[in-house]
Amino acid sequence: MATIAPKKRTGASRARTSTHEGFLRHNNLFWGKLSAAIAVALLALYIFVPLPGQHFGSSWLGYTLGTIGALLILWLTMLGMRKRAITPGRWSLKAWTSAHVYLGLCLTVIGTLHSGFHFGWNVHTLAWALMLLVIGSGIFGIWVYATAPRALSANRYDDEGAITEKQMIEAVRSLDRQIHDAAQTLDPQSAALVNLSLEQDPFAGSFWNRITDNYPKCATRHAAAELRRIRAYQPRMGDDPADKVDALLTRKEAVLGRMRRHLKLKSWLQAWLYIHVPVTFALIAALSAHIVSVFFYW
Amino acid sequence: MRGASANVGITGVAILIFDEDRRGNTRRLCARCGGRMPVGQVFKVAIIGSGPAGMSAAGRAAQLGLAHVLLEKTDHLSDTIYKYQKGKHVMATPSQLILRSDQEFDAGKKEDILDKWNRRTAELGVNVKFNADVKSIKGTGPAIEGSVQKIVTRARDGTSTTTEVQRYAPPYAITLTNGETVMAETVVLAIGTQGNPNLMRCPGGDLPHVTYQLDDPYAVLDQHIIVIGTGDAGIENARGLVEDAAQGNTVTVLNRSTKSTNVRESFATAKEPNAKALVEDDAAGKLTIRYETETKAVEPGWVTLSTRDGEERIRCDRIIARIGSAPPRAFVEGCGIEFASADRLAFPTLSPQFESTAPGIFVIGALAGYPLIKHCMNQGHDVVEFINGNTSLKPADEPLLEAKFAGLPGKRSVNEWLEFLQKNVGILQGMTTLQLREFMLDSEARGYAAGDVVFERNDPGSSLFAIASGTVHVRIDPNDPSKVIPIPAGTIFGEVGLISGRRRGATIVAAEDTICVEISRNAALKLQSQVPTARRAIERISTERQILQMFGSGLTSADVAEVVETAKIMSVRAGDAIIKEGDEDKDIYVIRVGSMIVEKEVGGKPVFLSYLPAGSYVGEMALIDGGRRTATVRAAIKSEVIKIDGEAFGRVLAAKPALLERARKDMEVRRATNAFIESKKDSFSGIVDLYSEQAKFLVSQGLGEATDVLLIDERLCVGCDNCEKACADSHDGLSRLDREAGKSFAHLHVPTSCRHCEHPHCMADCPPNAIKRGPDGEVFINDTCIGCGNCQRNCPYGVIRMDKVPPKKPSLLNWLFFGSGPGPGEPPYKWSKKNTKYTGDPAVDELLDRKKAIKCDMCAGIEGGPSCVRACPTGAAIRVSPDEFLTVSRLENEGA
Repeated sequence: MATIAPKKRTGASRARTSTHEGFLRHNNLFWGKLSAAIAVALLALYIFVPLPGQHFGSSWLGYTLGTIGALLILWLTMLGMRKRAITPGRWSLKAWTSAHVYLGLCLTVIGTLHSGFHFGWNVHTLAWALMLLVIGSGIFGIWVYATAPRALSANRYDDEGAITEKQMIEAVRSLDRQIHDAAQTLDPQSAALVNLSLEQDPFAGSFWNRITDNYPKCATRHAAAELRRIRAYQPRMGDDPADKVDALLTRKEAVLGRMRRHLKLKSWLQAWLYIHVPVTFALIAALSAHIVSVFFYW
Repeated sequence: MRGASANVGITGVAILIFDEDRRGNTRRLCARCGGRMPVGQVFKVAIIGSGPAGMSAAGRAAQLGLAHVLLEKTDHLSDTIYKYQKGKHVMATPSQLILRSDQEFDAGKKEDILDKWNRRTAELGVNVKFNADVKSIKGTGPAIEGSVQKIVTRARDGTSTTTEVQRYAPPYAITLTNGETVMAETVVLAIGTQGNPNLMRCPGGDLPHVTYQLDDPYAVLDQHIIVIGTGDAGIENARGLVEDAAQGNTVTVLNRSTKSTNVRESFATAKEPNAKALVEDDAAGKLTIRYETETKAVEPGWVTLSTRDGEERIRCDRIIARIGSAPPRAFVEGCGIEFASADRLAFPTLSPQFESTAPGIFVIGALAGYPLIKHCMNQGHDVVEFINGNTSLKPADEPLLEAKFAGLPGKRSVNEWLEFLQKNVGILQGMTTLQLREFMLDSEARGYAAGDVVFERNDPGSSLFAIASGTVHVRIDPNDPSKVIPIPAGTIFGEVGLISGRRRGATIVAAEDTICVEISRNAALKLQSQVPTARRAIERISTERQILQMFGSGLTSADVAEVVETAKIMSVRAGDAIIKEGDEDKDIYVIRVGSMIVEKEVGGKPVFLSYLPAGSYVGEMALIDGGRRTATVRAAIKSEVIKIDGEAFGRVLAAKPALLERARKDMEVRRATNAFIESKKDSFSGIVDLYSEQAKFLVSQGLGEATDVLLIDERLCVGCDNCEKACADSHDGLSRLDREAGKSFAHLHVPTSCRHCEHPHCMADCPPNAIKRGPDGEVFINDTCIGCGNCQRNCPYGVIRMDKVPPKKPSLLNWLFFGSGPGPGEPPYKWSKKNTKYTGDPAVDELLDRKKAIKCDMCAGIEGGPSCVRACPTGAAIRVSPDEFLTVSRLENEGA
């Protein structure tokens, strides 16, 4: 829905949009359609153009596919630069992402056809395998980007509207202060339990804990459960301070749960890049080795 | 001496105490003359207020050897500046204005400036009287015939009472709150506009432990304190008093409102985070909030409260009342000084020599409408020169005005130019010379050759043009330059931009050699409050033009004369409806200021239909089709509408069939929208509800007054913060948006980023006038910012931050390959601090450390537009104007 506004007084033009349009549907799927067309055309060429069966890579189609593929890989890598170099100009990172996604998917076809389906335990096949690994992680990335934001957004809402990460942390701190004050009158055994919850860093936990949202050593849950177990056999008294602590611990558990779901989703949004990006560099290294070796040692 | 006594103060000033006569006027009494002759010393000039203006005036008086006294309420000079935060940098703007004072003034640290002033005041031998809080000023000479001032006071319930005050000739008796009286032939009033705190009215409210400010909350120990007033000041005081439990204070906050889970209801005047923090402190037991409670009586050590459940007496060692403050207008009027209008922002009426309507009382400084220190000091100097009989003194702004007129044809002196403008431009005729000079400083005189374009259609601009000589043409058809309407000399144009803040509606071309005055929005507002005739003229012209524009061309002034005559300008509060569904009235409304939303009751729920920005009209359907109103129209924000009588307008339509045809065509679009919503409601009611709710949410977030707002679709946002990084990298390394902060509703997030309001709140009170609207519609802050923080406080959306510019980062490639620098985005504070290259020269270093106001400028002048939008990898961030976004086409995109 983008239209180009006319040049204005400052001489700077600006693309105006009136609605949100995601990178997958960008420009009416232009890059998706282009990539599909390229893939179909290349498959047709591969099938219908007679070429030598051996050493496909050294045929004209092989060279062409190889050159396009190598240049495409380098161009796709440039997204990282584009994202960070905020230069003036009518570029849009969304358009780049869209092209990156669809042309990247198309690369599976280009790279695989370039191989002529000759695989072996060598650096050439290594480059191909790394390429698939990068694309595979990328596909996972697309899936995460397409689904996690919704969940992230839904998780932020409560009765009073959406709250931010900062507010979640603030809520935990505020509850901690209240628990601390309320627990002053508890007996030493219970107080020690409550103290465990206060002392535990809510962010503690391994990467694994974080991406699975599974915290078996959560002191707050432990404290709440233990406190209830202890109190189960004690006679009830009016105005028991443990009631208040219990309620506060339950609230803290809920806030922690929300914050941990938030962190899990955020981790998923970032985690895949820790494969995607380093393997890209490995791919470029393997690709260089592949290119040097085919020209010097063929 | 009967009922009066005299003694001599420390400064050698004769102090007289008077009683009051039956009319309530203070009269001097003397045994020998029966109260007509002056007793004791009568000063040539008494200066009230020792701010820059008063202090400069006193300095001049001392230098000239006049008998003078400088009265200061506090025990130090220049209280307003004295109370600036520690180490604040004070700027000396406007830089081109020369300083004319016996005092020095240059940009620098507050402490240094005050130091210099104190020293110089002592050097000059100024007769200062500290702790002299003036209660009233009354003439003691004979009654001035025919000089009766009417003071109108309006009560909260809307009633008004008129008091008549007879003016008396000088010398003036200045009564202080401690009962002393000072006599002076002339009085210079330089008290500034700092308000006087509202006082407690209950019995015992005048006891010494009832205070209205708190300098250092941490110095108060082991006290029972009651804080009254739940605004930000009260909340901050209360929280400060209990911040450290070791202080041992018991603090009770009284709140008249009822307790509510929504703090915005129970603490309506406070900022939300402040109110939330207070409620949390209450929950944590640090302090107590008492809802639905007021003070009934105060006595030493105790206070009686009236609560919902009856009266209660609690301990109280100190009361801090932060219940707002009132401008000093009542006091000033009581001195016999008239204001230009009843407008809250009006200033006193003054002669070119700053003399008010009370002969011998002069008003200078902020109270006269000059907020800048340099202006004030110059006026202090000039006013004493005038009082001393120097009539040939040219104002200090003479060279500035000379420069303004320098580019115009015809060699005239400044005075000749001012006379020329005043003679030819109708709306300027009610102004005094002093007002006109000040007015011209804020305005521009412009000459256009025949054929020059003054402004083009869709240009942003909020200034008003007045034609002093020549004629201009309005192009009514953007595609055909030959279709024009002439506007003759003496009248105005551009008033739509001024009033609504929207873009220009038509291109204006000079028809012959023309001289215009371009009046900035601020100057135009001041003009309207100072000169009521100008206000009415502008309102009439704008109403007429707005009506003429409504259905395009084809109408003349004569056609709509009756309609204009019956049209009324109404102000509408946010949320109030001007048209109610089902009603049978037939009036048409033109939105002059603000914006409206149209809703329709479908299935028992109001459904949002459309958003109407300023400049649109509404209500024509009932007039043309007849029948009842089909939808409700309510104000999205505080708005102004022109109400046009339906019957009268019906006659105009009946006489012009072409116009009726055009109106029908316009109406078709609205009818289609209504029909679309109605048809979708059954099959996709969930989506229609969501759309409706979302629209309401956006309006509540200030979209009603926005022109361009950043909106994030949370279903696309991956939280990479690349928008913030891009923003920082496009603007000196400081991000002007906070992605995560701000409100969200149904996956739509309005981050903390400037909305570029039609009438920006930030512009309202900028001393150097540094906030402007740029050519692309952006509201930006230019380099003359003095870092006072007014804009930050005035912005209701919290989008302005005060910060210093970090040092330049190494290039991106340097970071990518060698890891040098902090990488893309705003550098961390630590890095900036470490890498700021201080020179050791305090002047330069201070510049490096100076904090300035920072806000979004919509990336004006950067090719490609806003960086935040360009740098969003998923398309989650867009910048839109509300009328582009709040349309039904959105509903289709949502899948309906």
